[in-house]
Amino acid sequence: MNIASTTCDTAGCKAINLVIAAVIGVLFGGGLIISGMTDPAKIVGFLDPLHGWDPSLAFVMGGAVLVNALAFRRIRQHKHPWFDVKFHLPTRKDIDRQLLAGAALFGVGWGLGGLCPGPGLVSAAAGGTHAIAFVLAMLAGMLLQHRSSR
Amino acid sequence: MIGAASALLLLTHGRIAGISGITGSLLQRSTSDRGWRLAFLGGLVAAGLIAAVVHPQAIGASVRSLPVIIIAGLLVGYGTRLGSGCTSGHGVCGISRLSTRSVLAVATFMATGAITAMIAGGLS
Repeated sequence: MNIASTTCDTAGCKAINLVIAAVIGVLFGGGLIISGMTDPAKIVGFLDPLHGWDPSLAFVMGGAVLVNALAFRRIRQHKHPWFDVKFHLPTRKDIDRQLLAGAALFGVGWGLGGLCPGPGLVSAAAGGTHAIAFVLAMLAGMLLQHRSSR
Repeated sequence: MIGAASALLLLTHGRIAGISGITGSLLQRSTSDRGWRLAFLGGLVAAGLIAAVVHPQAIGASVRSLPVIIIAGLLVGYGTRLGSGCTSGHGVCGISRLSTRSVLAVATFMATGAITAMIAGGLS
């Protein structure tokens, strides 16, 4: 299973590494489109139970979590991933104000625009002016946060 | 498909498929391994381009006016970086790993998202 037993530093390995990352990106983006995550009306319909609730996205997320939970467990039994010497998993366990305030702000933006980062990027690539504006504003918001945390 | 893609990213690259983290870190100078991030986002963009050609109806139209969308984008960008994740990183990957931080983050953004969508739905 392991292509890179230590590091991925040959040109061939690096090329395969990038191609595989791109293919996974297409797969992820395709999943977002097929499941309706790129449709703001569907997102808002899911978040808003007062105006005709559409709970179908709960199954999308539930399905993805289920697939992941099973796969993650098996993958973690490997010593390291294919192209790296170790897994890069979040290690923080503390619940701080930043986490909750950030999530709260993100939720407001998500409920307002009906787009989160992945679907925003996919929709912007598909060419919608609103989606392109969303992504530019999102990048600006990210830069603003980086600045203020320095 | 989303679940399979994020599992594959962990298997091959050892990384969490968190879109806000992958995107945001490309905007920081200190980030060293840009290759896989750019390739992954390139794949996302390619999926959008393919959809626009093959089945453009699959990409939904905006439900809000342009100024509102820009405010939403700013909040999503700022909030996901401050809170270390979005729907993919905290939602799909974090809950799968049973991370307490992620579970709390998801509960928080679902709640504020629902409140916002209800208010915005009532106003429009």
